[in-house]
Amino acid sequence: MRYHTPDSFEDASAIAAAASGTTRFLAGGTDVLVQLRSDLVEPDDLIDVKHIPGVKDIAQTADGGWRIGAAVSGAEMMAHAGLRAAWPGVVEATDLIGSTQIQTRCTMVGNLCNGSPAADSVPALVAAGATATIVGPNGTREAAVEDIPTGPGRLSLAKGEVVSALNLPAGHGGDAYLRFIPRTEMDIAVVGCGVSLARDGDVITSARVSLGAVAPTVLLVADAATALIGSRLEEAPLAQLAAAASAACNPIDDKRGTIKFRTHVAGVLAQRAAKIAYDRAGA
Amino acid sequence: MAFDEKTEGFNVVGTRPDRPDGIDKVTGRASYGADASKAGMLHGAILRSPHAHAVIKSINLDKALALKGVKGVVTRADFAEGLTGENWNVLENVMAGEKALYDGHAVAAVAATSQLIARDALKLIEVDYEPIPHVTDVDKAMQPDAPVIREGQASKAVPAGMHPNVVDYHESGHGDVEAGFAEADLVMERTFTTEATHQGYIEPHACLATLGGDGRGELWCCTQGHWNVQKICAALVGIEQSALRVTASEIGGGFGGKTAVFIEPVALALSRKTNRPVKIAMPRADVFKATGPTASTSMDVKIGLKKDGTMTAAWGEFRSQGGAFPGSPFSFTAMCAFAPYALENVKQIGYDVMTNRPKQAAYRAPGSPMAAFAVESLLDEMCNQMGLDPLEVRLKNASKQGTKASFGPTWDRIGLVECLEAAKEHSHYAAPVPEGAGRGISCGFWFNHGGETSVTLAMSEDGTAQLMLGTPDIGGSRASMAMMAAEELGIPYEHVRATVADTATLGYNEVSHGSRVTYASGLATIEAARDTVKKLCARAAAKWGIDEDAVVWRDGCAVPSGPNAGDFDPLPIGQICRKMGATGGPIVGHYEATPEGAGVSFAVHIVDATVDRETGATSVDRYTVIQDAGKAIHPDYVEGQYQGGAAQGIGWALNEEYIYGEDGRLQNAGFLDYRIPVASDLPMIDTVIVEVPNPGHPYGVRGVGETSICPPLAAIANAVSNAAGVRMKDLPMRPSRILDALDG
Ligand SMILES: Cc1cc2nc3c(=O)[nH]c(=O)nc-3n(C[C@H](O)[C@H](O)[C@H](O)COP(=O)(O)OP(=O)(O)OC[C@H]3O[C@@H](n4cnc5c(N)ncnc54)[C@H](O)[C@@H]3O)c2cc1C
Repeated sequence: MRYHTPDSFEDASAIAAAASGTTRFLAGGTDVLVQLRSDLVEPDDLIDVKHIPGVKDIAQTADGGWRIGAAVSGAEMMAHAGLRAAWPGVVEATDLIGSTQIQTRCTMVGNLCNGSPAADSVPALVAAGATATIVGPNGTREAAVEDIPTGPGRLSLAKGEVVSALNLPAGHGGDAYLRFIPRTEMDIAVVGCGVSLARDGDVITSARVSLGAVAPTVLLVADAATALIGSRLEEAPLAQLAAAASAACNPIDDKRGTIKFRTHVAGVLAQRAAKIAYDRAGA
Repeated sequence: MAFDEKTEGFNVVGTRPDRPDGIDKVTGRASYGADASKAGMLHGAILRSPHAHAVIKSINLDKALALKGVKGVVTRADFAEGLTGENWNVLENVMAGEKALYDGHAVAAVAATSQLIARDALKLIEVDYEPIPHVTDVDKAMQPDAPVIREGQASKAVPAGMHPNVVDYHESGHGDVEAGFAEADLVMERTFTTEATHQGYIEPHACLATLGGDGRGELWCCTQGHWNVQKICAALVGIEQSALRVTASEIGGGFGGKTAVFIEPVALALSRKTNRPVKIAMPRADVFKATGPTASTSMDVKIGLKKDGTMTAAWGEFRSQGGAFPGSPFSFTAMCAFAPYALENVKQIGYDVMTNRPKQAAYRAPGSPMAAFAVESLLDEMCNQMGLDPLEVRLKNASKQGTKASFGPTWDRIGLVECLEAAKEHSHYAAPVPEGAGRGISCGFWFNHGGETSVTLAMSEDGTAQLMLGTPDIGGSRASMAMMAAEELGIPYEHVRATVADTATLGYNEVSHGSRVTYASGLATIEAARDTVKKLCARAAAKWGIDEDAVVWRDGCAVPSGPNAGDFDPLPIGQICRKMGATGGPIVGHYEATPEGAGVSFAVHIVDATVDRETGATSVDRYTVIQDAGKAIHPDYVEGQYQGGAAQGIGWALNEEYIYGEDGRLQNAGFLDYRIPVASDLPMIDTVIVEVPNPGHPYGVRGVGETSICPPLAAIANAVSNAAGVRMKDLPMRPSRILDALDG
């Protein structure tokens, strides 16, 4: 195994592009190193992105949006009052990852690029309308977060492409993320749901609803958003929301949950997350 | 050894001093299994079967042996031949013979100069397996068409015509059950199941072994009983018992799971083969796959109840699988089931069944929690149906001194009634059930055990004492033993250093199991201290020129027994010891025996729980443990045992389980998907120590480590069933199962 410490994303990309075997980027390492230790993946090239200037920065952009560097940890996000106020759902989703120890290492980019359909921060990012900045052999591009995972452990990133930052729009309403786990912490989502919405008075004017762990990738559920838009979160639209969320599910039956359970709980969480987001948008 | 009839006036017993091993543990100075190393040491790794059941047609080691850094490989051929009985079973389990019997069964092992090389070498071993049909479910394994794990294992007790996987049978009871049911106003029968759960100790098994061509060896390992390790390992590698010196490391949890051997004989065989010390530390996945979880069960129980709450009869059939070997705790399940109740008509039957799962190992009150789950759940359902108070019904039928127990003996002094009364008076039971919650109670019973025990107490010249114990400290026992020695010697607790001695230093000691340590090693400690005191008094008598009988021991000093004995100033222990070389030599007390008066222990648990009806998630909101300790030597550690048993019970009841796929492979060999409770899953667990002295111990001690895990499964299931409004009869009560039950 070769360990690299490039000091720019261009170099990181070039090393990855030239590598022939198994390649992994190293952010917090809470997936990569665990997979290495448990003999699942032994990379030939391990490219540490933490030495690149700016990767630990959380910056507000001119239009009021946020740019979060690729090595910003969950704990650093929690400690950032501005980001927390603007995107509480995204920050809380990331805060759910692991324990205090894991929080000091884990990143949203690693969470996204590990490619797990159960990754906690991803539905929140999708609901928030986040994008990723991607540096590759052909330059820099931007992609919606929902377009990055293509299946469990698979991404739409081309060979040599590396995520340099995640971008959140200016906070415009309220967002929330909830997950179901059998315990109270240190567990993997059986279902996750992110909701982001804006209100004009009591009426919801825009919404995005995203589900995790109920399909091969995190889902953006348009029908669920449609159910919310124009409503005041009355019983009927809430029921429609739950039905749309459940209908979007395409889960597997496994040791963590049955198809029936996941499909049902997706609807329950969508309602609960929508209520929190609604209250936040009105605050 | 009888009860001193002293329940008060202790100086040290009943206080809560710091544990002697505490600082070592929090500073990292304590040496656990994997902390030992030796010059020239190699690292061992074990290759395990990926199949649930397969014939091993051939094993090719050539490529592994050719890897640079590999110093040796062992297979079954490197162990003793001609073993019988349990020795054969253990050998077959630690290294497969003709068949791989479960996913994770050891097939070969490598010793190499680094852990990484050893792990790489495993991938180079070529095993030709022929997979054959498997079975992992206890009920399916008893069906006529079930695959046979191994012919000819059944004991003579098994009724004719049963499947060869049924290897043992238990039946006990008294009275006429049918007549009893005929007298009842309500007779109900239900079927319950529980899944296998793992002890979940934080420290994986680890050892360091040296064995030379001369047949002499040393073994350092993490175990609950090193003499047992010595005995089994000597047999498995074919050497004399005394030729193998075994030292028990500090232990990071055992709960019964470290009473067996898994890697130790393999490390010894590798060491003999390579002529180098070999260390093996088990990866966590191997711990789950290849060390013993407890049994899974399927149980039918039937109870007859009168309108006034009198139990007229009880019957149960308990089917228990313990993996690919005989030895599940089926008979304990049967015997514990109705033990809390005074029954005129009772019958219990147990079956021991083999399946393609790892060889079960003891887990805290082996077999009893499952039985309590079945019996106490049924009793709760019946009380609900008849509008009876579940606590009053238990009190009405409770076993007491003189009751003929469900499995035969007549009870001596026991504390169940006292526990039930303490429960009734507790603020938890008195409080109304919170809105939306359900309440459950349950009794639990465990036998407790004595066992072979040997203790030595050696005085130092400064009057402090060294206490050598042979029972590894799995629950704060060094503190408790030091307290008992200090009590007898009349010296401060801090002046006694308690050590777990190795097999070459002390007489034989049975494993730290059966909640026996504070009882048996405690009793032996008291006796060894009394032996020491006698010798101390003799030195004073010689100095004073009076009769030995005319000297007594008081507050750490020899004193004349009365005015007629003579007028001498008290002679402190320090002064006697300072002169011991010149007055007769070292002063050492000891005691060896197999004490048989371990008093049984009962407990009552009260639980409040709520259920999220939309997701099936359960929250345990309030928990109270009430248990008879006989006499609490160190109340902190008694309470710790109570809380620990409840915490493990919460895991077993709600989320812990061995999950097998269709292919018979274990799907959750790790702490991510094998869900032991995390701290935030647990409420504060309140404890009440009831003290009904055990007549078989000088201070009245009863073991407390195991009884605490007997009631939780039922108490939680009753709380959850009452909260949800549906009866939960299968464990674990994972959220999807609760939602399914709510759906009808
Ligand atoms: C004990 C424990 C608990 C956990 N609990 C949770 C949980 O509750 N919820 C949850 O979602 N996850 C959980 N995880 C998984 C893990 O912590 C998260 O997925 C985390 O966000 C990964 O971030 P990281 O920075 O550590 O990623 P790394 O391990 O460094 O990398 C993960 C993946 O992302 C790729 N990658 C990293 N950086 C880049 C980049 N800049 N560009 C392109 N690809 C990149 C790597 O190649 C690798 O494939 C847990 C893990 C552990 C060990």
